[in-house]
Amino acid sequence: MPELSIDGQPFRFAQGTTVAAALMSSGDRCSRTSVSGQRRAPLCGMGICQECRVNIDGLRRLACQTICREGMQVQTRS
Amino acid sequence: MTQHVDLLIIGAGPAGMAAALAAAPSAISIAIIDDNPLPGGQIWRDGPQARLSASARQMRARLQRHGNIQLHSASKVVAFAGTKRLLLENAEEGWVLAYDKLIVCTGARELLLPFPGWSLPGVTGAGALQALIKGGLPVAGERIVIAGSGPLLLAAAATAKKNGAEVVRIAEQASLGDVARFGAGLWRWPNKMIQALDLASGVYRTSAHVLAASGVDRLEAVRVQLGDRVHEIACDRLACGFGLVPNVEIATALGCRIEHRAIFVDQWQASSVADHYAAGECSGFGGSELALVEGRIAGLAALGQRAQARKLWPERKHWQNFADRLNRAFALNPALKKLAKPDTLVCRCEDVPYAELANHSSWTAAKLNTRCGMGACQGRICATAGQTLLGWEPPQLRPPFSPARIATLACLDEDVA
Repeated sequence: MPELSIDGQPFRFAQGTTVAAALMSSGDRCSRTSVSGQRRAPLCGMGICQECRVNIDGLRRLACQTICREGMQVQTRS
Repeated sequence: MTQHVDLLIIGAGPAGMAAALAAAPSAISIAIIDDNPLPGGQIWRDGPQARLSASARQMRARLQRHGNIQLHSASKVVAFAGTKRLLLENAEEGWVLAYDKLIVCTGARELLLPFPGWSLPGVTGAGALQALIKGGLPVAGERIVIAGSGPLLLAAAATAKKNGAEVVRIAEQASLGDVARFGAGLWRWPNKMIQALDLASGVYRTSAHVLAASGVDRLEAVRVQLGDRVHEIACDRLACGFGLVPNVEIATALGCRIEHRAIFVDQWQASSVADHYAAGECSGFGGSELALVEGRIAGLAALGQRAQARKLWPERKHWQNFADRLNRAFALNPALKKLAKPDTLVCRCEDVPYAELANHSSWTAAKLNTRCGMGACQGRICATAGQTLLGWEPPQLRPPFSPARIATLACLDEDVA
C-alpha cells in the first residue's frame, strides 16, 4: 500500500483516497487550527469552506480536492 | 501565456460535460475548467469506496475521445484578465484563457447553517459526508446522525449504510405532510421513486431538526428536536445540510443577473450578459437529469443551433416540474434561523460569533466591524448563512475568487505587457 506523511506520521492509503479522507482517519482527525486556536476538520467536502486547507509539499491545497500520492508531506499545523 | 478557445465551460459536472459533448461535433475549440481532480461534479464521484454509474463513465470516456475538448481538472478561476479573459490556476501554474462564449456550470453547494457545536470535528455537511466516504473515509461501525433537509439526506444515509455505518437518526426539517405530498407525486418520475423508498426506513423523522452538537475535542452527541420532544443522541458523526445554494459568485462578478439566488437564464440558457450562458444547479437546482438537459441546450444554443436546442425543451420542462415540486416540499422552517446562540461561531474563518454579527444592520457593516466573511472562504459559508438567518444580501465577490499564489496573479501583468 502506498504511504504519505501527515504531520510527520506515516499513513497508508488505498489508491484514489482524498487527502481529506486520509486526515479524517489519522492523528487527531483534523486539518487546521482556527484563528482562535480551535482544531477543525473538513466540513463541506466540496472545495467551498476552506476548513481543509493544508500544506502539501510546501503548497497550500484543499485536502478534499487533492488525491493522495506516494510520499506526499501533509502538514495540518503550519 | 494566453490561450484562446471558442467555448469555455466552467465546471465539469453533469451540466458542463453535457454542454461540451453537445457542442463538440461542431469542431470548435472547447475548454472545460474544473476544480475537482476528476470530472463528474459533486454527484458523479468515484474513489476507493464508490463506483460511477455506467452512464457517467460513458460521458467521461466520450469527453476524452473528442480532440477539440481540453479538460483542465484541479484548476480554479482566480480572476478576470479583461473582457472575456479569465485568470486560471492549477497546482503547477497560472495562465490566462480567452474565450468567445462562456457557459457557467458551477453547480451548487450545501446550505450549512450555524448551530451550537457545528465547528466540532465530526460535524460535516450531509452531501459532504457522502463525498468524503466516496473519497475513502472509513465509517464502518460508526453511529451517524443525518440532519437537515431534502433528498440529499437519504443519499448520504444510503452511502453511509453501504459502507458499514449505523445511521441512528435521519432528521428532516420538513413536515410529514409536505414530504408525503412530494412522495405521492413521484410516479411521474419513476427513477426518483426508487430513491425515495428509503423514506420508509425506521430512523427517518419529519418535523425534526438538530438543536446542538456537543463533545470535548470532537463530536460525542447531538440534541435533536423531534416534533415537540427533544432527544439526546450519542453518535460519532453528524452530517447536516439544509438543501442546496447555487454557486453564483463568478457569474455575479461577470455581471449576470441573479434571481431567487440563482443565475437568471432565458429559454436558451442564456444569462443576462451576451455570449454568457448558464446551466445546471447554478441556474436553479433540480438534480442531474435537469442539469444534463440544460447543459445540452446551452451547448447547442451557444453554437447558434437553436432548432436542435428547441427540441430539448419538453425534456427540460419534465425535469423542471420535478424540481419545482422538490423546492416546494423542502422549504425551510423559520425555527432554523434561531439555532445559533450568541456565542455560536457564524464565520468559521475569522471565528466571529453570532452576537457580534447581530448588532449590525447589514452584511457590509458587520464585515467592516467584525472581519466576518474576510477569511479564506470569502463568505461562501457565513454570508450564505447570514442571508438565511438575518436576511442580509450577500456581497458581490471581488477577485481573487479563491486563494491564489502570487506567481499566478503576476500572470495578469505579463498578459497586459
